[in-house]
Amino acid sequence: MPLLWLILIVLVLGAAGYVAGRQRAMSSAGGDPRHLHSLPVYYGSNVALFATVPALLVLVVWLIAQPMYIDRTVAGEIPAADIPQGSTLGLVMSDVRRVAEGLDLAISQGVMTAEEEGALVAGESGIREKLAQVGVALGSDVSPITLASARHYRDMTATGNLVRDVLVLLLAVGGFGYAFSKTNRDFRARNTVEHAIKLSLILSASIAILTTVGIVLSLVFNTVEFFRLYPAAEFFLGTTWSPSFGGGSSLGVLPLLWGTLYISFIALAVAVPIGLFAAIYLSEYASPKVRAFAKPLLEVLAGIPTIVYGLFALLTVGPLLVSAFGDGGLFGVNWMSGASSVSTAGLVMGIMLIPFVSSLSDDIINAVPQAMRDGSFGLGATKSETVKQVVMPAALPGIVGAILLAASRAIGETMIVVLGAGAAARLSMNPLEAMTTVTAKIVSQLTGDADFASPEALVAFALGMSLFVMTLCLNVLALYIVRKYREQYD
Amino acid sequence: MTDATANTPKHGTSLYTESPRVKKRNAAERRFQIYGIAAVATGLVFLIVLLTSILSNGVGAFQQTFVNVPIYLDAAKLDKKGERNIEDIKKVSTFGYQPLIDDALFAIVEENVSPNPLAKPKDTKALISASAVAQLRDYVIAHPEKIGETVDFRLLGSSRVDGYIKGRVTRESIARDKNINAEHLDIVDVLREKGVVKREFNMAFITGADASESRPEQAGMGVSMLGSLFMMIVVLVLSLPIGVAASIYLEEFAPQNKWTDLIEVNISNLAAVPSIVFGILGLAVFIQFAGLPQSAPLVGGLVLTLMTLPTIIISTRAALKAVPPSIRDAALGLGASKMQSVFHHVLPLAMPGILTGTIIGLAQALGETAPLLLIGMVGYIASNYPTGPLAGFMDPNSAMPAQIYEWAKRADPAYYERAWGGIIILLLFLITMNIIAIILRRRFERRW
Repeated sequence: MPLLWLILIVLVLGAAGYVAGRQRAMSSAGGDPRHLHSLPVYYGSNVALFATVPALLVLVVWLIAQPMYIDRTVAGEIPAADIPQGSTLGLVMSDVRRVAEGLDLAISQGVMTAEEEGALVAGESGIREKLAQVGVALGSDVSPITLASARHYRDMTATGNLVRDVLVLLLAVGGFGYAFSKTNRDFRARNTVEHAIKLSLILSASIAILTTVGIVLSLVFNTVEFFRLYPAAEFFLGTTWSPSFGGGSSLGVLPLLWGTLYISFIALAVAVPIGLFAAIYLSEYASPKVRAFAKPLLEVLAGIPTIVYGLFALLTVGPLLVSAFGDGGLFGVNWMSGASSVSTAGLVMGIMLIPFVSSLSDDIINAVPQAMRDGSFGLGATKSETVKQVVMPAALPGIVGAILLAASRAIGETMIVVLGAGAAARLSMNPLEAMTTVTAKIVSQLTGDADFASPEALVAFALGMSLFVMTLCLNVLALYIVRKYREQYD
Repeated sequence: MTDATANTPKHGTSLYTESPRVKKRNAAERRFQIYGIAAVATGLVFLIVLLTSILSNGVGAFQQTFVNVPIYLDAAKLDKKGERNIEDIKKVSTFGYQPLIDDALFAIVEENVSPNPLAKPKDTKALISASAVAQLRDYVIAHPEKIGETVDFRLLGSSRVDGYIKGRVTRESIARDKNINAEHLDIVDVLREKGVVKREFNMAFITGADASESRPEQAGMGVSMLGSLFMMIVVLVLSLPIGVAASIYLEEFAPQNKWTDLIEVNISNLAAVPSIVFGILGLAVFIQFAGLPQSAPLVGGLVLTLMTLPTIIISTRAALKAVPPSIRDAALGLGASKMQSVFHHVLPLAMPGILTGTIIGLAQALGETAPLLLIGMVGYIASNYPTGPLAGFMDPNSAMPAQIYEWAKRADPAYYERAWGGIIILLLFLITMNIIAIILRRRFERRW
C-alpha cells in the first residue's frame, strides 16, 4: 500500500473518530450538552487523537528505522572479498539500493513482470538497459552479489512495509475503539485532550535542547573522525594551512585563528568607541526628537544582511583602501596589493557591529537608576563628569557583557570575511594584507567537491568545533555578566 | 572643614565669570558631547555611504541593452525538407541559427554605417549576446509557421556592449579585450542614434534564471527568488507553530525546575551561535544522517527554522508577558481551564506582537547566506525553474543571498552590477517585511 494512502486512511479514521466521539457523547447525555463533563468538542478530539497520534508516531519511527535496519543487515551480508578494487562498502550499498529501486520501478511501470524479474541473471540479460528504460542509470553492469543483495533488500523492504501497514492500521483502529468505548457523559475528555496539548507544548520547547544536542553531536562525531585521520597536536599547534585534496596537506589552525582574532580586534576597535559614544550621546544628551530619529536609523545597520556588507567590503571599501594605501595611491606607498585585506573586512564588520554595541549599551545605561545621576549633579558635577565617573562605572559590567557578545558575533561572522578578507592563510602583523579566518575556511572546505571522508573536508568540522566552543564560552560569560548586572538594579 | 574651604574662590569673583578651572571643565564637557555627536554622525554616514553605493551600483542591473533586429527566418536553413515538420525543425541546433542573426545584423550595419568597418557577417557576433541563438530557436519551434518570413526580434546585446552603453566599458579598457574592439563601439554609437541599440528596462533580471559565467547579460534572480520563497514557506510553517507552542509552555505552564532552566539557557545560547554552525548541523544531520537531498529548499528551510526559532521564541514570550494577568484571572474566574484561558484569551491578544516577531525572524532568515552554502544551495544551481510545487521544495535550488554571493565571486565586472542589483531586490523584500511588521505593531498593539 502506498504511504500516502496509509496516512490518508489514518487521517480519515481520525476525522470519523471526531464525529463519532462527539455523537456518542451527545447521545449519552440525551442530546443536552449541559449534562456532559466537557464540551462536546473535547469528546470528538479525544477519539480523533487516540486514533491518529499513536499510529502516526509509530509510522514515523518505522520510516526512519526500517531503512537503517535493512541497510545494516544487507551490508553485513556482503563479503569484503566481493567489494571491487578501489570501491567501498558504501558505494556497493548505494548500487544495491539503486538496483532495488530500479527493479521496483520497472515492475510497477510494467517494463517487466515479477516472474521476469525472478528470472534475471546478473551480467547477461541486460538489467542495465531495462533499468535505464525506467530512468535509473547505473554506472556499470550489475554484479551477481549486487543483484542478490538487491533482491534481499527488496524482500526485506516488502515484508517490512507489510508489517508496518498492518501495525499502523491496527493501532489506528485500536486507538479509535478504545477511546470510543470510553466515551460517555462522565468521561473527563477535556483533561485528556489538554494533557495531550501540554505534551506537544513541552515537545516544542524541547526542540531548543534537541538543536543544541544535534549541533554538539554532529560536531563531535566528525571531529573525532578527523582526529583519527590527522593528529590533533598538528591541528592545534601547526602554523601552516595548506590543504591539498590529493593528500599530504598540513592543516594547522593557528594562522586561521590569528586571522579571526585580528579581524575581530579591528572590528571591535571600530565598533566599540563609535557604538559606546553613540549610546552615551543618545541616552544622556540627545533630545527625544533626535533620539527617535537617530536610534532607528542606526539600527537599520543591524538589519542589513551580512552578504550586503560582504559585497560592500569587496567592491567599495577594499578598492577605496587600495586607492589610499596601494601602488600609486593617495599616500604614495605600496602597502596593499589587493582589495581584500584584514582591515577591509575588519572595518566593514565594525560598521555592522556599531548598532549591536550601541543598542545593548543603551539599554544598560538606561538601566542605571536616575537617583545616581541626580546625586552626582547635586554635588556640582557636569554631565560628562557624571557619565564618566558615575554612570560608566555602574554600567561597566553590562557594557563588558555587550562587548563580549559583539566579539562573539565578530568571530562567528562569515560572509564579510569570505568576500572581504581574502583566502590566504598567513601569520602576519600587516593589517593591509589578505588573511583568512576559521569561518571562511569552513565554507571553502565544505563547498568543494571533496569526499566527506577525507581529512580535508572533515577538518571543517574540527574548525566548526573550535568556533562553537569559542563563541559558546564568550556567550555564556557575557549572558552571565549581563544577567547578573540586571539583577543589581531590578 | 578647612580642607573644604581651601579651594573656594576668593572674594570678589563672580559666578558669572569663568575661572580657569571652570573653563577647563566646560571645555571637557563640550568635547565629550562632540565625541558623542561625532559617533552618531559616523554611524549615520556609514549608513548613507552603504545605501548610496548599493543604489548607484545596482540600479544599472535593472536596465539592459537590447538590439532590435529584423531577422529573415530562412526556410532553406531552418527546414530543408520544407515540410514544416516540427521534428525536422528541432533537428537544427543553435549553430544553425547563428548565420541568420549574423547576416541580419550585418545588413543593418551595412545600411547605417559607411564605410562598414566589419569584413564579414561573423564579426557582428561581438555585439549580440550568445543567448540570442537560443531565443531565436525557441521562437521558431514555438511558431514554425513563421519560417520564411521576416520577424522583428529584440535581442540581448552582449555584456561588453551593455557595459559600453552604461559607461562601465570604455575605449581604454578594451585595449586588450579579445571579445570586442573599437570598431564595434563605433558601430554601437551609430546604431544607438538610429534607435537600433536601446537601453531598456530589463524584466528578465527579476524573473530570469542564473546564466553561465560568460553571459552576465542573461542572468536573473527569478529562480533563486523562488528558492527563497519555498524556504520561507518551510520556515513559516514550522517556526511559527513550534515557536508559539514553546513560548506558551515556557511563559504559562513551565514549572520552575532544572529542565525549564536548561531550555531557557539553551534558547539564549542558540540565539548567539554563529549561523555557519547551523549550516554544519544541517549538513551533518539533515543531509548525511537523514539522507535528505542536497541543495533542496526543504533542507534550507529546516536549517533556517532552527536558526530563527530562538528569535521567534524570545519575541513571542515578550508578547505573552505583555498581556496583563487580569485577563487570565477573569477567564479562570469564569470557569475556563488554564489551557482555555491561554488559547482563547491570552494568545489572540498577543497575536500582533507574535506576528511582528515572526516577520522580523523571517526577514533575518531571508538574508542569511552562510548556512545555505554548506548545504549546497550555491548560486549556480539556480539555472532552471522548478517544475511544480513539490519540486520547488525538493529539487536543487539556490536562494537570493547565495545567488548574490555567487555573482560577487565571478570575475566579470558585469556580474558585480548584477550582485548590487540583486541586493536592491533583497533589500526591497526586507524593507517590505519590516514595514508590515511596523504597521502590525502600530495598528494592533494594545497597551494596558
